[in-house]
Amino acid sequence: MVVRVRDGKVQDVELSIYEPPRFFEAFLRGRRFTETPDITARICGICPVAYQMSACLAMENICGVTVDGAIADLRRLLYCGEWIESHSLHIHLLHAPDFLGYPGAVEMAKDHRDIVERGLRLKRAGNDILNLLGGRSVHPINVRIGGFYSAPSRQDLAVLRETLLRARDDAVATVRWCATLEFPEFSQDYTYVALQHPDIYPIMEGRIGVSDGSSFEVSAFDDHVVEEHVEHSNALHARLSDGRSYMAGPLARYALNGQLLSPLAREAAADAGLGLICNNPFQSIIVRAVETLYACDEAVRLIDHYEVPERSFLEVQPRAGVGYGATEAPRGILYHRYQTDGDGIIEDARIVPPTSQNQVRIEEDLRSFVQSRLELADEELTWLCEQAIRNYDPCISCATHFLDLKVVRE
Amino acid sequence: MTSVKPTLAVWKFASCDGCQLTVLNLEDDLLPLAGEIDIAHFLEATRATVSGPYDLSLVEGSITTPHDAERIREVRAASRTLITIGACATSGGIQALRNFANVEEFLQIVYARPEYISTLANSTAIAEHVPVDFELRGCPIDKGQLVEVVTAFLAHRRPNIRNHSVCVECKKRGTVCVTVAHGTPCLGPVTQAGCGALCPSYARGCYGCFGPAETVNSPSLTSRFKELGVSEADLVRSFRTFNANAPAFREISEAHEPRT
Repeated sequence: MVVRVRDGKVQDVELSIYEPPRFFEAFLRGRRFTETPDITARICGICPVAYQMSACLAMENICGVTVDGAIADLRRLLYCGEWIESHSLHIHLLHAPDFLGYPGAVEMAKDHRDIVERGLRLKRAGNDILNLLGGRSVHPINVRIGGFYSAPSRQDLAVLRETLLRARDDAVATVRWCATLEFPEFSQDYTYVALQHPDIYPIMEGRIGVSDGSSFEVSAFDDHVVEEHVEHSNALHARLSDGRSYMAGPLARYALNGQLLSPLAREAAADAGLGLICNNPFQSIIVRAVETLYACDEAVRLIDHYEVPERSFLEVQPRAGVGYGATEAPRGILYHRYQTDGDGIIEDARIVPPTSQNQVRIEEDLRSFVQSRLELADEELTWLCEQAIRNYDPCISCATHFLDLKVVRE
Repeated sequence: MTSVKPTLAVWKFASCDGCQLTVLNLEDDLLPLAGEIDIAHFLEATRATVSGPYDLSLVEGSITTPHDAERIREVRAASRTLITIGACATSGGIQALRNFANVEEFLQIVYARPEYISTLANSTAIAEHVPVDFELRGCPIDKGQLVEVVTAFLAHRRPNIRNHSVCVECKKRGTVCVTVAHGTPCLGPVTQAGCGALCPSYARGCYGCFGPAETVNSPSLTSRFKELGVSEADLVRSFRTFNANAPAFREISEAHEPRT
């Protein structure tokens, strides 16, 4: 990362992402539509379900199939597992050590073993959902276009329910604990973008909402979001078509849909001192904890309503056309668009992950954050910048554990 | 004599981070493991880094850039034992699909400014660049196998990882053969065990994410696939996924590729 300073003013911030290109959108061409859940899962080992679900929605959109009822509930339950797993990982193993001044969770565990263990327990509860419904937590094998290869019994889920009740208590304690952390004085006037739905805290439902009150259909994403390729980074940069940067992820979902959280999650958020909107990105750790609590609560609700579907998937016949899918990955909107021919062979693929949507906003945060802290030594500044980047839980979270900060003072 | 804990380093090359995550997914075993091993370099878990040499390096990901081809040599030089984890590191991963295409065209499809990107024409396994002490397969690796490999390292013995096919695991767990019972195409007969025969236990055919088993009877499998109505193009696709560049799978997909 390079920060250029002239006459005491930050001129420019460039965050470079070195992730070597893997060309998913290129090699998806020529693949069969049914292969996309397994192939795109491999884009991210931390949020494979998000990729599988966005791919399923896009393909079902082309083929004119709507999955609802018990199968849709199972998908939402699986996705809750990923939220719990990913959020707990980020809160306890990545973000909390920043706040407490430890290089990582292992070092933090020496002084705060109970907290790290609670985090690992929560994470495992998320993984338990993924393992049961998906077969395994990294790159689940049970997801297919139209639903699942096999559906769990009510007894299978009953065991999970017990685990989730305990996890819910852990999540309540986690929200409380996160609220006690010390947060840097920093808030920004964000434009938030997240899925929005009138009745449910969206995970894979609804339209795309913007915090200025506007909204658009998922199929209009390409008209509203433009990606540009800048020289200093391998990740593309996305903006709204009018040039505004925006934030996707927990703060955006909370701002747009917070009133749809479960009563328990709303209460925990209020007790933690969160207003209806949270504009301090460092407090995203609290919002993540609130969403973890919600996901536990929601998972219990879904299990209680579950009836084994007659068939675990709907038949989906290939069609020529273009289809769109967007779901809320733990770190924000994940958009897929595909074009297929009549045999279901992919002619074109476009995938916009949350990290590329947030990247412009990350750089803007860093710019104003660094501006008011220029007197700090480079070492301390680097630590704080890492923490500021981790506010976004970027897929490059681990890469930012070794931020190479260069402050060029001209 | 004071006992010094062995140092562990975890390295990432081109990959999805899922195999590193499997290390963190040890959960209950994670903190005890941290008691027996000094985690000296693991960016997914900590910013603390201790400079080498390291007693054990776990390497995730494949080599796809000139910079990484250089970096893996440095990692090797700094490691007493080097174990590769996952399909990317052991075969080149899904990103090795470029090996069957023109990488320049791929660049044009994905990036508006291809000139900003530095990449190699092929994605290759770590062992094609430096000597590797053990290769742990899987996309992703299996948690139990990972524990076995690290435990074996601590005990100075060879890991007990079998290279027979997934079929053996189905028999062991009593899963009815999905091909025999339901006519579902399954790569189990040619795929290395290790996952616990997960897919057949969920009523789907194996899709080969652990790569080729030790002995692969490909003519028998491919003729069975044809009987089941799998087209030549789909046969090629099924071998061109996460271990496409593993020699045995590569041979099959190239043999069935339509001649132009």
